[in-house]
Amino acid sequence: MELLNQVTQFVISGLATGSIYALIGLSFAIIFNSTGIINFAQGEFVMLGGVLTIFSLNVLHLPLLAAILVAVAVTTVIGLVFERLAIRPLKNATPLMLIIITIGASILIRGLVMLLWGKDTQALPAFSGTDPISVAGATLLPQHLWIFGVTVLVIIGCRLFFNHTISGKAMRACSFNRRAANLVGISVGRMVLFSFVISAAVGALAGVIIAPLTMTAYDVGVMLGLKGFCAAIMGGMGSGLGTVLGGLILGTLESLGAGLISSGYKDAIAFFILLLILFIRPQGLFKKGETERV
Amino acid sequence: MLKIKNINAYYGKVHALKNVSLHLKAGEIVTLIGANGAGKTTLLNTLSGIIPTASGEILLEGKNIVGQAADRVVSLGLSQVPEGRQVFNPLMVEENLELGAYLRYRAGGQRSEIAADLERMYQMFPRLKERRRQAAGTLSGGEQQMLAIGRALMARPKLLLLDEPSMGLAPLVVQDIFRVIERLRSEEGTTILLVEQNARAALKVADRGYVLETGKVILEGKASELLENKDVQRAYLGRDKKEIWER
Ligand SMILES: Nc1ncnc2c1ncn2[C@@H]1O[C@H](COP(=O)(O)OP(=O)(O)O)[C@@H](O)[C@H]1O
Ligand SMILES: [Mg+2]
Repeated sequence: MELLNQVTQFVISGLATGSIYALIGLSFAIIFNSTGIINFAQGEFVMLGGVLTIFSLNVLHLPLLAAILVAVAVTTVIGLVFERLAIRPLKNATPLMLIIITIGASILIRGLVMLLWGKDTQALPAFSGTDPISVAGATLLPQHLWIFGVTVLVIIGCRLFFNHTISGKAMRACSFNRRAANLVGISVGRMVLFSFVISAAVGALAGVIIAPLTMTAYDVGVMLGLKGFCAAIMGGMGSGLGTVLGGLILGTLESLGAGLISSGYKDAIAFFILLLILFIRPQGLFKKGETERV
Repeated sequence: MLKIKNINAYYGKVHALKNVSLHLKAGEIVTLIGANGAGKTTLLNTLSGIIPTASGEILLEGKNIVGQAADRVVSLGLSQVPEGRQVFNPLMVEENLELGAYLRYRAGGQRSEIAADLERMYQMFPRLKERRRQAAGTLSGGEQQMLAIGRALMARPKLLLLDEPSMGLAPLVVQDIFRVIERLRSEEGTTILLVEQNARAALKVADRGYVLETGKVILEGKASELLENKDVQRAYLGRDKKEIWER
């Protein structure tokens, strides 16, 4: 019984971090689908979400909700500027060049934040306290509920956007066949810009909701970005349910591995899964065929 | 409607279009025939603004559209149905049609008008209506061609470019497609530039035709005259195959 309770506990916290990985994975996939590039600055958007919220809260003395909105909005603008300055001018760049540029941008963003903010690790207060809620012998934090709730909302929001708005449909069309999209009048550049904007916003939001649990600092984006990337790879880089499941599975395995075996293995698990999938099922765990993309 | 004056286009060093000139009057069906690699698709893509035009003029209703971005060209009333259909496979049939009206949505066009056009497409292509919720990739080749045509029409083009609509389709389906082309002109008054390798069928529906060979227009004239032309018959209508061998 003791063990069962422990396992339930690990699964709950695993699902919570897994939700974060899922969101970050989605934000990778959204950019990948519209540009074919892997944005290695993605983790920095996540970091900015947390760091900017704490800044707005402590320095600007905004109430929590306003602080979150400011942080997400600023990060979104940074995503937009990033696309305009670093991606768009390089029309004929190869994917490899673009990937290198995103790595450069991530180093730059991280460096700037370190200079302006310092190397301190800070915590964001939990959104509605820290009184644990008892569930099936395990405890759930209110922040866990926030994480699950926001994740579900973001996923629903993405689905609505991609399936029920003309811009969302245009983005899907563009990721399937750029030329044909161009021929119906869809501007590819505009879709790429959209993808950076959405992706920065989703990444920032993930960074905000995880910050009360794990603390945040200028360099948290590196590891979170890699985990999110791992989730996206598990989902075959689709911006759909596969990536979400990938994130949840990764988070759960990580948490179980760390809890039952040794916390030293936590990060190793993600890399092990990443390599395993790249070698054995590079198309992702759940991918059926091209009609499933998005 | 459309007047092309001496346009040239290149792929790197390959000179794909050499001083091509042609014109279409409003309401005409003009066909462009030529062997594989003659430059037909290249010509359509320069018109659509997808391949840069190195020199020359493309006048659409008197306005030079050389250098305009592809989305701008569509908004000016020129739509292309690309070679190999290129429907958006993962998207539903209906979504494909809606995206044809993408610029009208963006321009804040009346939703009711767009919905009415969608209904019109379903009347013209009842098979698409039956399959409106299916992914476009699950359609047969002929249905995909209808969808590609419907998608282009949703932009309400004044000029429609069709790139080998009969390619890879069974003879009966090809007949359907050509019937649709005739209806588009008679019922909607659409001006059509039809690129075909199926020269006989194309010349039968067209008013006039041009023959393109290695990037140059080598012949032009009334469709009925081209059908009778000995060179055209020999090279493109599959008659007197022997003579080709003898040459
Ligand atoms: N993307 C490309 N890059 C280089 N050469 C091309 C490309 N597309 C077409 N070509 C060349 O341009 C010529 C015309 O091709 P195309 O316009 O596709 O002919 P058609 O449509 O009449 O079959 C051909 O010689 C072809 O090899
Ligand atoms: Mg062609």
